[in-house]
Amino acid sequence: MPTVSMTVNGKSVSADVEPRTLLVQFLRENLGLTGTHVGCDTSQCGACVVHVDGRSTKACTMLAVQAEGKNVTTIEGLAKGDELHPMQEAFREHHGLQCGFCTPGMIMSAVELGMRNKEPTEEEVRHWLEGNICRCTGYHNIVKAIMAGARAMSA
Amino acid sequence: MTSESNVKWIGKNTIRPDGADKVTGRAAYAADATMPGMIWGKILRSPHPHARIRSIDTSKAEALPGVKAVMTSADFVEFPVDTPVPIGIQDMRWMSRNIMARDKVLFAGHPVAAVAATTEKIAEQALELIEVDYEVLPWVIDVEEAMKPDAPILHDHIRFEGKPSNIAGKLEHTLGDVEAGFAQADVVIERSFRTEPVHQGYIEPHACLVSVSDGKATVWSSSQGQFMVRGMCAHMTGLPQNDIRAIPAEIGGGFGGKTIVYLEPVALVLAMKSGRPVKMQMTREEVFRATGPTSGSVSKVKIGATKDGKIVAAEGTWWLQAGALPGAPIRGPVGCGFAPYDIPNVHTLGFDVVCNRSKVAAYRAPGSPIGAYAVECVMDEVAEALGIDPLELRLRNAAKEGTKAAYGPVFPRIGYEETVRAAMEHPHYRAPLGPNQGRGVASGYWFNAGGESSAQVNINEDGSVVVITGHPDIGGSRASTANITAELLGIDYRKVSVLIGDTSVIGFSNLTGGSRVTYASAMAVTESTREVINTLKARAAKIWGIDPEAVIWENGEARPAGENAGNFEPLTLAEIAAKANSTGGPIGAGKQLNAVGAEGGFGTHICDVEVDRELGIARVVRYTAFQDVGRAIHPAYVEGQIQGGAAQGIGWALNEEYIYDKNGKLDNASFLDYRMPVCSDLPMIEAVIIEVPNPKHPQGVRGVGEVPIVPPLAAVANAIYNALGIRFYSLPMSPPKILAALEQTERLAAE
Ligand code: FES
Ligand code: FES
Repeated sequence: MPTVSMTVNGKSVSADVEPRTLLVQFLRENLGLTGTHVGCDTSQCGACVVHVDGRSTKACTMLAVQAEGKNVTTIEGLAKGDELHPMQEAFREHHGLQCGFCTPGMIMSAVELGMRNKEPTEEEVRHWLEGNICRCTGYHNIVKAIMAGARAMSA
Repeated sequence: MTSESNVKWIGKNTIRPDGADKVTGRAAYAADATMPGMIWGKILRSPHPHARIRSIDTSKAEALPGVKAVMTSADFVEFPVDTPVPIGIQDMRWMSRNIMARDKVLFAGHPVAAVAATTEKIAEQALELIEVDYEVLPWVIDVEEAMKPDAPILHDHIRFEGKPSNIAGKLEHTLGDVEAGFAQADVVIERSFRTEPVHQGYIEPHACLVSVSDGKATVWSSSQGQFMVRGMCAHMTGLPQNDIRAIPAEIGGGFGGKTIVYLEPVALVLAMKSGRPVKMQMTREEVFRATGPTSGSVSKVKIGATKDGKIVAAEGTWWLQAGALPGAPIRGPVGCGFAPYDIPNVHTLGFDVVCNRSKVAAYRAPGSPIGAYAVECVMDEVAEALGIDPLELRLRNAAKEGTKAAYGPVFPRIGYEETVRAAMEHPHYRAPLGPNQGRGVASGYWFNAGGESSAQVNINEDGSVVVITGHPDIGGSRASTANITAELLGIDYRKVSVLIGDTSVIGFSNLTGGSRVTYASAMAVTESTREVINTLKARAAKIWGIDPEAVIWENGEARPAGENAGNFEPLTLAEIAAKANSTGGPIGAGKQLNAVGAEGGFGTHICDVEVDRELGIARVVRYTAFQDVGRAIHPAYVEGQIQGGAAQGIGWALNEEYIYDKNGKLDNASFLDYRMPVCSDLPMIEAVIIEVPNPKHPQGVRGVGEVPIVPPLAAVANAIYNALGIRFYSLPMSPPKILAALEQTERLAAE
């Protein structure tokens, strides 16, 4: 079994994994970071989005070994202690969730959008989220949360 | 009842109690649970849509190193087909056969055996070693084919009109005399419709973890009811209910699809056999192949009206696919279809038809969208034929207090008319349309539900409050429970924690479903809180040495009722709580009840579409939903329910469908090929809340979650007609279908 090493939420981690282990399995099963969810088998739902070197990435489309040496941030690594990241706070404030299953992936995607675009329009948000499915909210409050969260990130 | 003037928390968009956990990834869903020594369960599924199981040989699988247990239906209690075993609205005869085939497989994807092994990979290898000898049988997928005289019969014991049949049930409602009614009509329109099965599409696949020790089982799972899980596990395994503790994990969406079990009893048997905790989780493909979509259907609806726009007769027949085992939601279209209207002569009829597809499960207002699709499209045609505005036609015929519905009740105060009026007055209804755009409207109804709920309200030593209820929270019910408790006690809602109890800590509570939780659970919480308030008053009386009758509760404090009662400084909840031990012990109350009086809810939707004539794509560009919710305890989550339901309805109308290949196998079992709406497919969905309080509920609540999926199918269809001048009588109105219709119109125009 190959050994894989990477930085996850600021800590270096290293483990022996089967070569076919997906990054999402590695995070959930080896590291116990279960905030990254799995909703599908075909890379459509976006419940598993994490950041790999700052880019939002579907953790079910990448092998753990492909993340060798990289810097991975999961939903658990976003808040600073008790202080929520502005995008997390925006989702909570603007009721951008119901069941919450899509939420970690939505937030991780949205954080990258916020880093690139301080004031995304509704259309830009909708376009950006094409890889994240939510079945509960009709996206209405998610779009509102992200527009507010992006503004708060640059404040 | 709380007087309107000093309402503090009811109607406020408080921050949900589980918000922080859900935005930080801490919330624990079923697939997140692990245990030391845990092994993995996997299911072997039938490749055939219909076959007799001659034999199953599991010996090779059992011999594979790492395999700890193998099971088949022989390990479940057998329920003979001729004796109903009801649990809630389900029947264990069908439930047990649905989750593990007995004698016959009835759909491609039907479980035939299961394995538990030390790794997922070994479990998968073991499945390949199980030898099933099938006698492949002819199969039938289509509802009309299934009713033909020479159709393959799924169940030998099912008879209809004395003959073996795939028609497993029938429901009929009659009001007045439809023939006489149609004779009075100036305009009669009759149309046939078709819909395909659609899946609930919750993003969290089914998952569970079951451990058994010393004969006692603990089940963690994602479901819409831990008591349902316990009950079904007990029935299927024969364990007594007190030996099963069902713990509700956070649920990642259900929409009705998690009101039944698929994995839990299987994992329980595997755990009993192996002595190890067993975890099971479905792939998305398994979710599509083997868990409930809602029925596909064919239907026929006929409406007759006089010149002045009075509907005098209506008739509707719906044939619904149940899938492999009986239980299609025929009550939905047959009961709800014409419910928005005051019609003197109505006849509705529904048939529950089995066929070789996965068994249907509840999906948001089960069956009602199928009913409304047909009725509301015909209403649009009637309005057009009469030259009356479609909302005006609805208003003229609106059901109101005193209207007798064909399915039985005489409506009390209801808010249907209000939804239509609000729609007519809304700027959306008069906004100009652009090229290739069209506007459609439709209404819808759902019964809503009450039923059993239990609650416990405890006052902590520091004056904070813990409320425990027995209903999994899918849409924010913890937030509304906190609002109600804080309101009644007169304290800050942040002082109230709401927890969902497992089956060992809270009394029986029925499913989260049917739009019943905020309704019924609020009643149990209200009664418990009222009792707590009585205790708080009694304790204050004791401290003051006066009669408890002479104490009132106001703004979170006990006060003497008046000057005669004595002159005492008010005691806050926290002050009384601090003295609880010296005044009689801990303060708390629990109530259990069977809530009645869940009154129905109505909605009316306006939809604008824009059709791309080149690509055949219809896009919803503006959408407004009006709904009578009785009372919005937490408006943001009420709006969320309406927006989410409307989005699901739009998906149903435009893109979603189960597609089968020529071998009777589902061809689009992934989110890639089963296309649910993504963010860029939808506009903002404006939810307009109308509050006509339910007189039978302490806070005036009616259910909210089901109604919003009912009108969209027809609203979208009517909008597309308005844009193109073409009516579609089958769903989904997907690009190939729209393109074909456009080409045909052009061809006809050219000829
Ligand atoms: S799990 Fe669905 S996209 Fe990764
Ligand atoms: S909140 Fe449930 S899937 Fe998005």
